Amino acid sequence: MAKGSAGTFEGSAHVAPPGEIDTRHGVILYMENVTVSFDGFKALNDLSLYIDDGELRCIIGPNGAGKTTMMDVITGKTRPDTGSVFLGQGTDLTTMSEYQIANAGVGRKFQKPTIFPTHTVFENLELAMQSDKRVWPSLFARLTGEQRDKIAQVMATIGLTEVCYSPAGLLSHGQKQWLEIGMLLMQEPRVLLVDEPVAGMTHQEMDRTAALLTGLAGEHSVVVVEHDMAFVRSIARKVTVLHQGSVLAEGDMDTVQNDPRVVEVYLGA
Amino acid sequence: MTRLSFPACTVLALITCVLLALLWPPSPANANQPDDRFETVVSGLSVKNFKKKSIAVERLVSSGDPRTVPVLQAMLKGQLFYIKSGKRMVYGSATDDGYRVTTVVGGEVLGEMGKRAIKKVSVNNRIRKQLRSAIARLSLADPDPEVRLDAARELLRNLTPEAAELVRSAVVDEPRDKVRAVLETGLAILNLDSGDQAEQLAAIASLDGSLVPEARNRLSLLVEETDDETLRSAALASLKGIESTLRWNRTAETVFFGISLGSVLLLAAIGLSITFGVMGVINMAHGELIMLGAYTTYVVQLLMPNHIGLSVLVAIPAAFCVSGLFGIVIERGIIRFLYGRPLETLLATFGISLILQQLVRTIFSPLNRAVSTPPWMSGSLEINGALSLTYNRLYIIVFSLMAFLFLLVILKRTALGLQVRAVTQNRQMARAMGVRTGRVDALTFGLGSGIAGVAGVALSQLTNVGPNLGQTYIIDSFMVVVFGGVGNLWGTLVAAMSLGVANKLAEPWAGAVLAKILILVFIILFIQRRPRGLFPQKGRSAEH
Amino acid sequence: MQWFDLKSDRGGTIFLGLLTLVTLVVIVANQLIPAGSSLHLSTFTVTLLGKYLCYALLAIALDLVWGYCGILSLGHGAFFALGGYGMGMYLMRQIGDRGVYGNPLLPDFMVFLNWDKLPWFWHGFDHFWFAMLMVMLVPGGLAFTFGWLAFRSRVTGVYLSIMTQALTYALMLAFFRNEMGFGGNNGLTDFKDILGFSLQADSTRVVIFLASALALAGGYLLSRWVVRSKAGRVVVAVRDAEDRARFVGYKVESFKLAIFVLSAVLAGIAGALYVPQVGIINPGEFSPLNSIELAIWVALGGRGYLYGAVMGAVLVNYAKTYLTGAMPDAWLFALGGLFVVATLFLPKGVVGWFEGLSTRRKTEEVARG
Repeated sequence: MAKGSAGTFEGSAHVAPPGEIDTRHGVILYMENVTVSFDGFKALNDLSLYIDDGELRCIIGPNGAGKTTMMDVITGKTRPDTGSVFLGQGTDLTTMSEYQIANAGVGRKFQKPTIFPTHTVFENLELAMQSDKRVWPSLFARLTGEQRDKIAQVMATIGLTEVCYSPAGLLSHGQKQWLEIGMLLMQEPRVLLVDEPVAGMTHQEMDRTAALLTGLAGEHSVVVVEHDMAFVRSIARKVTVLHQGSVLAEGDMDTVQNDPRVVEVYLGA
Repeated sequence: MTRLSFPACTVLALITCVLLALLWPPSPANANQPDDRFETVVSGLSVKNFKKKSIAVERLVSSGDPRTVPVLQAMLKGQLFYIKSGKRMVYGSATDDGYRVTTVVGGEVLGEMGKRAIKKVSVNNRIRKQLRSAIARLSLADPDPEVRLDAARELLRNLTPEAAELVRSAVVDEPRDKVRAVLETGLAILNLDSGDQAEQLAAIASLDGSLVPEARNRLSLLVEETDDETLRSAALASLKGIESTLRWNRTAETVFFGISLGSVLLLAAIGLSITFGVMGVINMAHGELIMLGAYTTYVVQLLMPNHIGLSVLVAIPAAFCVSGLFGIVIERGIIRFLYGRPLETLLATFGISLILQQLVRTIFSPLNRAVSTPPWMSGSLEINGALSLTYNRLYIIVFSLMAFLFLLVILKRTALGLQVRAVTQNRQMARAMGVRTGRVDALTFGLGSGIAGVAGVALSQLTNVGPNLGQTYIIDSFMVVVFGGVGNLWGTLVAAMSLGVANKLAEPWAGAVLAKILILVFIILFIQRRPRGLFPQKGRSAEH
Repeated sequence: MQWFDLKSDRGGTIFLGLLTLVTLVVIVANQLIPAGSSLHLSTFTVTLLGKYLCYALLAIALDLVWGYCGILSLGHGAFFALGGYGMGMYLMRQIGDRGVYGNPLLPDFMVFLNWDKLPWFWHGFDHFWFAMLMVMLVPGGLAFTFGWLAFRSRVTGVYLSIMTQALTYALMLAFFRNEMGFGGNNGLTDFKDILGFSLQADSTRVVIFLASALALAGGYLLSRWVVRSKAGRVVVAVRDAEDRARFVGYKVESFKLAIFVLSAVLAGIAGALYVPQVGIINPGEFSPLNSIELAIWVALGGRGYLYGAVMGAVLVNYAKTYLTGAMPDAWLFALGGLFVVATLFLPKGVVGWFEGLSTRRKTEEVARG
C-alpha cells in the first residue's frame, strides 16, 4: 500500500491548484523507463513517453499493446515495477494514490463509461466538481451560485441539460459517454486521459467529441487512446504507436502510417 | 498418554485370558494325569487362614501347571470362589442375583448359583502382593512374547526388591529384543540404588531419554537424595535428556492433534471451497449440509444396529447423496436466481440454514443424538511410551486427504471438472460452446454439498450430533477458504492444516478459547494484508 | 434544515409522526390511565415497545452502511453489544453493596472469582457521563480500527461481510471468558437503579422508553442529514462506482470509514438504551446470528430509506414476539422463510415495493394525462 493512503483519517488530500504544476520545460507528463509485469508477462516494457503541456496526443496500438496499463500507471491504479512517472517537474505520481493523483490534476475517462447511476446528471457533475473533497468539508458543502453556473455551463456543453434531473443510470450509452466527459471537465484537470471516447457513438456525436477534444487541447493536455482510425485522423496532431509495452513509433499521422514497422504490426507479418 | 494406552492393555489382557481359558481346559494331553494333583493344589486356596493361604499360593505356583496364571489373576480380581458344599474351586462372574459359575478344573459350566451357595476366596494386601509377583514371574516365563512384554511393563510399574530378582534372572534368558529392552530399563532403575558408583553411572547413562515414568521418578529421587556430586550431575543430565525426549514427544503429539484438527477443518471447508471458491456462491447453509451428513450416519446406524462397523462405511455414500441432493435443490430452487448478487445469496442461504436446523429439531428432537463409533475406529496406535495416536483421529486424517484427492481428481481429470472450470472462467463463452451451464452449476453445487455431507459422517465420530453442529463449523470453514485463497483447493489444504496446527500449538499456553480467538484475529489481520489469501487466483478473472 | 419535510421525505415524516403519536399514547396509557382500566398499557408492553425502538435504531445504523455504502456488516451486533456492556458496567457499579455478597467495591461476579480489586478498565464507570462516553467511543473505536485496516486494503463485498462476522464471533468467544472481566457466561445483570431511580419503577421505564424514542428520532434525523449532504452522495457514489469516485478525487476509504464509525456509534447507543430495559447483557448478544438477523430486518424493510429499516425491525420483531410465544417451533421456519422470500421476491424491501407501485401509478397518470 502506498505511503500516501496510510495518512490521517481525513486524508492528506493534496489539492494542487492547476498553477502549481511545474511545466517550465514545456512537458507536463513524464513517463521514463516504466516496466510493469503481471506474473512474468511484461505489460509495459521500458516505456518512455512525454506529453507536452497543452498537447493533444493520440495513442494507438493493437490489443495488448499496454494502452490501458499505461493509463493505470499514470492514474495510480497500477504501480510500476521500475521507472518514474512525473506530473510536471515536481510531482512524483508513483508515490501517490488514485485520489491524490486525481486532485493533482489528472482526469481519467474509462473505456466503459462509468458514472454514478443512481445519482442525477446534475449530482454526477456536482460530485466531480473541483472542490475540497475531504469528508468533513463535504458534509457541510453548499453549492454557490458560481458553482451552479459552472455545472449548468458544462451540462450545456455535453448537451444533457434536458435530462438534468434524471438518474444517470437511465441515460443512453452515448449520453453516458458524454456525462463522463462532462465529469472530467468539472474536475478541471491539467491532463485528461481519455480511453476510447467514441465507442458506441453515432457519426454526429463523434464529430462533436472531436470538436470538444480539440477545443480542450491548449488549456488542457489531452491523451486519447482510440481504435477508430478515422477519428484519430480527424483530431490527431501527434500519434504514438504502442506495441508490446513500448513505443514503436511516434510522429504525425502520415509519418506513422507509412512507417514499415507499424504497417507490419497492424497488418501482420 | 498412559491413559490412552491403558484400555489397550486391558483389552489385550482380557483377550489373553479368554484365549487361555479357551485353550487349556479342554486340552486332553495334559489334562488327565495331573488333574487330580492340580485340583488338590487349587483346593488348598480355600483355607481361611491367610498364612496357610499364602503357602497354598506358593505351592500352586511351584506346581508349574500352565493353568496357574488364570487362577491367580481371578483370585486377584476377586473372581475365584469355592462351592460351600464340596470345596470345589470355581470362577464366578456376578449376575443380577447371583453368580455365573464355571469350574476351575475342566472348565465345566455350572450355570447360575445363589450368593449363599459359593464363597469368595478372600485375599489381603500381602497375598495381593504375592499374587502380583507370582503372576509376573510366571508370565515372564510365558512362551508368548506379548504376554512377556506386558508382564515386564507391569513389573516396571511396581519395582519391589522381590521383582528385582525376577528381572535379573529373566533378562538373561529373554530372547526378544523388545522385551529385553524393557527388562534392561528395569535393571538400570534397580541399579540406581546399587551403591556401586560405576554401576550407578552406567545405569544413569542407560536411562537417558527413557520414556518409562518410573525411570524419571527414580532419577529425580536420586538427584534429591544422593550426596555424590558426580552421580547427581550425571542424573541431572540424564533427566534433561528424558525431559527433552518427553518434550519432543509432546510436540509431536500436539502436531498430530493439530493435523487432526486441520483435517476436520479441511473436510468442513473443501465443500465450501468448491461452492464459494469455484462458483463464487456464499452458502451459509454449508454447515447444515454437514449436519445433514451427520444425521444420515445416525439414521443409517438406526437401520442397521447390528453392523456398526459397516454402518459408517455405508453412511459415506448415503450422506454424499442426501446432502448432495439437498444442495442441488437449494441451487435450483433459490441460488440460481441470485447469481451475481453475493450478499443476497448469503442472506437467502442463511435462511435455508435456519430452516434446515429447525427441520432437524422437529424431526429428531433438539437433543444431541448418539452415533456409535465402530470398533475398528477405537483404540490407539502406540508409537512409544509417551506417544500414541488414536485410531479415530488417524482415520479422519486419512479420510479427509482422500476426500481432498477425490475432489482434485474430479476437478482436474473429468469432463465435469473441465466444464466447471470453463464456466468459472467465462460463463458466456462456455454457454456459447454448448456447455449446459445450468446443469454444471447444479452438479458443482451438488458436489460441494455432497462433500459437506461426507464431512458430516466424519464429524459424527468426533463430536455430538445435534441441530447446532453446522453452526459450529461455518465460520471456521469460511476462514479456512478465505485464508487459503478463494478458488484454490491446495490453498484450502494448506490453510486448514496450518490453522489446525497453529491452534493446537497455541492451546497449551493460551487455552482453547483464547487460542481460537487469536487465530480469528490473526486471520482478520492477515486478510487486511493479503485480501486474496495465501494463494490468490491469478489473472483478470480473479477481479470480479 | 426542516424537520418535518413532507415534500421530499414523505415516508420519514410519516414515521416521525407515528413515533411521536406512539410515544404520547404510551406515556398517557401507562402513567395516566389507572391499572384497572382496559385502556391501561402495562409496563411490560412499554418495555417491549422500548426494545423495538432500540432495534429500530440499530437497523438505521446498519442501513447507513449497507443501504447507502453497500457494506454488509455482519458484525453490527458487536457494536450494539459493546454499547450494551458500557451501560451494563455503569448499572453494575450503581448496585454498590446491594449485591448478593454485599461487597461495596466489587460486583458479585468478581467476588465470586476471588478478585481483590477492580480491573483497570472498570474504572470510571461509576460516572454516568463516562459510561455514556464509552458507549459511543468503544464501538466507534473498534469500528475505526477494523474499518481503517479493512478499507485501506480494499477488502470489499462478501469478504468484508465474512470478516465482520468473524469479528463478532471472536468477541463473543472472548466475552464468554471469565478472565475478561465482564461476567463471562452470565454477563451483567441484577441491576438496581439508574441515575438514582429504581429500574423497577414504572416511571423510570417510561422515561427510558421516552429516551429510546428520542434517540431513534435523533438518530433518524442525523442519518437523514448525513445521507442528504454532499458527503452522503459521495457515499452512495462509492457504493455504485467505487473506482469512479476515486478517480474523481475522493479518498474512498475515508468516506467508508466515516459512515462505518457513525453507524457503529449509533448501534452502540441503541445497545446502551436496550440494556436497562431488558435488565441483562451477556455474550449471547455478540452471536453472529443476531447480526445476520439484523440484516434481514433491513432487507425486509427496504435498504436505503432509513425508515424502511425501522419498519423492518419492528415488523420482524413483532412477528418474533408473537410466534415465539404462540408457536415456538414455527419461528425459525418463519425467519428462515423470510430470508428467502425477502431476497427472492422483495429485493428492495417492503418500502421499495411500495415506492415501485407509486412510481408506476404516477407514470401511468402521466401517460394518461
